[in-house]
Amino acid sequence: MKLKINGKTHEFSGDTAMPLLWFLRDELQLTGTKYGCGMALCGACTVHVDGEPMRACQLPISATEGKSVTTIEGLDTQHEHPLQVAWAEHNVPQCGYCQSGQIMQAASLLAKNAAPTDEEIDNHMSGNICRCGTYPRIRNAIKSAAKGE
Amino acid sequence: MKQSINSARRDFLKKSSVSAGFGLSVSLLGFPALVAADNSSPAGLSPNVFVEFDSDGTLIVTCHRSEMGQQIRTAIAQIVADELDADWSRVSVTQAKGDPKYGSQNTDGSRSVRRNFDRLREAGATAALMLKQAAARGWNVSVDDCICKDHGVVHTVSNNRVDFAELLGVAATLPVPDADTLTLKPRSRWKYIGKGTQSVDMHKVVSGNTTFGQDVQLDGMLVAIIQRPPVMFTTPDSVDESAARKVSGVVDVIRMPDASAPAMFNPLGGVAVVANNTWAAMQGTKALNITWTSNEHSSYDSESYKASLITTAEKPGETVRTRGQAEKVIREADNVISATYYAPLLSQAPMEPPAATARIDGDNVEVWACTQTPQSTRQNVAAALKVPEENVTVHVTLLGGGFGRKSKPDFSVEAAILAQKTGKPVKVVWRREDDIQHGYYHSVSAQHIQAVQSESGKTLAWRHNTVFPTISSTFSDKANKPSNGELRLGFIDNPFDIEHMLLERGEAQNHVRIGWLRSVANVYHAFAIHSFADELAHAAGQDSRDYLLSLIGESRHIDLAKEGAEYDNYGDPLDKYPIDTARLKNVINRVTDMADWDARKKQKRMLGLAAHRSFLSYAAIVVEVVVNDSGEWHIPNAYISLDAGTVVNPEHVRAQCEGGMIYGLSCAIGEITASEGAINQTNFHNYQVARIQHAPHNIEVDIVDSEAPPAGVGEPPTPPFAPALANALFAATGKRLRSLPIPLTLPSEQA
Repeated sequence: MKLKINGKTHEFSGDTAMPLLWFLRDELQLTGTKYGCGMALCGACTVHVDGEPMRACQLPISATEGKSVTTIEGLDTQHEHPLQVAWAEHNVPQCGYCQSGQIMQAASLLAKNAAPTDEEIDNHMSGNICRCGTYPRIRNAIKSAAKGE
Repeated sequence: MKQSINSARRDFLKKSSVSAGFGLSVSLLGFPALVAADNSSPAGLSPNVFVEFDSDGTLIVTCHRSEMGQQIRTAIAQIVADELDADWSRVSVTQAKGDPKYGSQNTDGSRSVRRNFDRLREAGATAALMLKQAAARGWNVSVDDCICKDHGVVHTVSNNRVDFAELLGVAATLPVPDADTLTLKPRSRWKYIGKGTQSVDMHKVVSGNTTFGQDVQLDGMLVAIIQRPPVMFTTPDSVDESAARKVSGVVDVIRMPDASAPAMFNPLGGVAVVANNTWAAMQGTKALNITWTSNEHSSYDSESYKASLITTAEKPGETVRTRGQAEKVIREADNVISATYYAPLLSQAPMEPPAATARIDGDNVEVWACTQTPQSTRQNVAAALKVPEENVTVHVTLLGGGFGRKSKPDFSVEAAILAQKTGKPVKVVWRREDDIQHGYYHSVSAQHIQAVQSESGKTLAWRHNTVFPTISSTFSDKANKPSNGELRLGFIDNPFDIEHMLLERGEAQNHVRIGWLRSVANVYHAFAIHSFADELAHAAGQDSRDYLLSLIGESRHIDLAKEGAEYDNYGDPLDKYPIDTARLKNVINRVTDMADWDARKKQKRMLGLAAHRSFLSYAAIVVEVVVNDSGEWHIPNAYISLDAGTVVNPEHVRAQCEGGMIYGLSCAIGEITASEGAINQTNFHNYQVARIQHAPHNIEVDIVDSEAPPAGVGEPPTPPFAPALANALFAATGKRLRSLPIPLTLPSEQA
């Protein structure tokens, strides 16, 4: 089967029940997408599939056939997506492990909702855990990216 | 190209003609071209283990502490760069391997800055002096008239300047000056210390270009997942591995060495499935059919264990500190106020579950791990493989959180054992389930406190018994009562000025591995002490803040030795870091001002307060809650005032305050339990941790501007959170929450 990842077409011939996460990490060395729980409970593995946020740890690779996957590495060619800029400005990351997933989840919110309220942000981001506790900064960074600050 | 000082010296000897010519051109050029004129071999400078200059003048700072979100890589670079007045754009950070030459690398105990601040400044000042000496020689001027400025040396009389890059060759030939000949910069001239410099790893983190322990990939590497015994120290009774071996990609199924008491830092045993990739290893592990033996831990049940801990706590314990006649005053009192507090086991649950990769090449072993403790990783891997420690190299990756879990090197030992057995590089991946079910848990505890108040409400006597299975049980199977090391964490150092005080401990047997979690025993001790302080305020009909201040009493330095208490003050001297009640009261006053505490009743805001000294810092927290009719609560605001002495990077200290508080919230709402000896929780659906909607919506952080020596930062913001939250929920509901976890929806009788 074929799928597109960050604009590039890839061929996959293994067990298509394998979650996308392990194709990205183990075979393509795209390790920006993280393993955190394996059960779609923490959001560390969030990627976009045809623009929709998906948990790569629970998404069989078969479900991505012919689709276009974007990972943190491909979110912006210069790594200067407004959220990446806002993340740095607001000093969001601590350990950084969950932040790829946080940024990908947040990017899917801003793609549909240019000016989310605090409640909309919390609802959209509630599936993404950060054990360092960067939540207030995540919310502020999303709002600042939305405003184009 | 990096090089050691020895090779730089050799280069210099070869180029003596360059050096000889250098004095001649001074008057013409202001400064000779020095070694830079000879491009055949770059010169470096590396006067100590922390400081190195690349030939282009880049300052390479070695970070010997593990990065787990506290931005220690940035802070260490700031400290070193400050003495050198380096240009931040020409500073890079390299991560140290595990090696005793750095001193302790064990990144726990909120020690990285407080224990290294002076020596890192000295490391920078050493290089600075050598560079100034080299420049002074070149100019033939007094070194006293030379200063480091913007990555170069400036002669203050003539204003001549030379870049560090041009001085390295000569500086490398100079003797390394003794520390006592160094003059450190005065605080007024600090350039980076005290500034909110952005993390050196920021760009890599936001672009997903980082390497954590889970991310390590080596050529020909296999991935292993281990099914560990559900009950500590049980072993496989029978193993049917046939189905596992049939899983595509599975290479081998390997029985791990059995574990026995004491747990130490040893692997737990079990059965490893080794595969070509992570998914195959996971599938193979699922296909294992193992039956396990049973042992004395197989009847461990959290519910009955809780009851037994409480029974012990409510009986007299063994005295560890005494003042006055608390036992007698309480026995003879008509009215004794008492309460029992309980806190369950917790899992550190860093976002990155443990992972380690090992490769063995002949006699040499290399390990890559997200470890807080590269030196003990090295020791334990060497011991497990029976090779000399010098043969083991430990590379420290970034840590996706640590919180004490990664202070134990067991997972690196697993990888080393499997690399040896397979003859290939092996990465051991812990699944989240492994992390939750086979950890080194934050201890379960029960505490009983009794007090007697005067008619005016003054607390006359305080008796506090603490009971929990000790971390020492992980290292000695005979240890069955709280250790001095744990009693020092917010118990024996109780700062209250109460005439009669009796502090006791009671026995408790461990049934799981007990370990460190961010701020350790301070978490449950602060919960009990500050919940009870609030109870006493209400019993006296007084304001909680005022009552807490009166409990603390006069401004003074507390001397625990007078009361028979063994106290090590987090390993630092009391004259440098006293137990200073003035600083504790100061953070209470500051945080309550910030929270507009005095107006809370008029504003109908439900606030709770707690304040706690730990890791030599003082933290006071106010939590505001809103509880709805269904008993659901949330935290619109939380406030913290932290006095951590001198801080290196206030922006990152702020972040630690916020994160430490939210970690404290998770400690208040999470719970690990066991049935039939096995942990019941498996993953984030049944182990509750704070999510964005639970966290305080707004956090205000106040960092006390202080010139006191640097104290701990990573842990002190955690302990006061749970009691401040419980006290706020009491303010809102009139019901005390003495047993953790606090449910996200309070039961109807509490709403």
